[in-house]
Amino acid sequence: MKVAISSNGDNLDSEMDSRFGRCKFFAIYDSEDQSTTFIDNTAASLTEGAGPAALQLLTAQGVSKLVSGNFGIKIKSLSSDLNVQLIVMRENHTIRSIINILNH
Amino acid sequence: MIRKVADKPLISGLKPYGMSYTAKKSEAVFLLYEEYEALRLCDYGGYNHCEASKLMGVSRPTLTRICMSARNKVSMAIVEGRQLIIEGGKVEIDNEWMKCNQCHCLFVKLQDEDCWCPLCGSKDVSEAQKDGEDVDREMPLKACCGNGRRHRCQERTNTKIYHI
Repeated sequence: MKVAISSNGDNLDSEMDSRFGRCKFFAIYDSEDQSTTFIDNTAASLTEGAGPAALQLLTAQGVSKLVSGNFGIKIKSLSSDLNVQLIVMRENHTIRSIINILNH
Repeated sequence: MIRKVADKPLISGLKPYGMSYTAKKSEAVFLLYEEYEALRLCDYGGYNHCEASKLMGVSRPTLTRICMSARNKVSMAIVEGRQLIIEGGKVEIDNEWMKCNQCHCLFVKLQDEDCWCPLCGSKDVSEAQKDGEDVDREMPLKACCGNGRRHRCQERTNTKIYHI
């Protein structure tokens, strides 16, 4: 199962971005082989509809859970159709600490 | 515009039975989630259009349009003997947000059965409270429906207010 986390930078010590559609990178954590890959968020520079474009980018990678600080209204209705679970973290965390929580 | 729906419907549709041989097989009628919610509030719950529109977060004329379309579809299903499927629509479901008390994250509930936090795996979860925007569903809203004619707006409260 793959989990996407919105991220400020492309390493494990960077902080989670509180925005979903316009974050710089996505950290994709694969719980099966416990690997993390970072991908560029190409949707961030769009003037409109960055969230749905980012969601499309991630579902193409097979992501089934999204972790971010907040999600826009377009994502809320789209995600239930695509069977993607949304998780909202209100506190500041690094990517590494979120992966540690995920591994419990 | 996103319409708020309190909870998902219990069923995903209705099927006709006892069809006469003369009835033609026709395609299903698709009732949207927001139309289901408008029917539930206005016809089942007894709210007037103004109260229902506030609960769903849309304007009163929009709610009336949703309601008209819902009644049209339900009557079409009954009269033409068509299957009714409840799906789709631009909605946000209110009751699906849950809060984990261990890692303090909010998440969307996927199934109704056993519910645990998708992050830390804790079972210590509760329903999330929306920050301040939630409307008290038990009490009828103290609002006038904007109808220009003289009418009674708050039938179910003790204080009867007449608008002229």
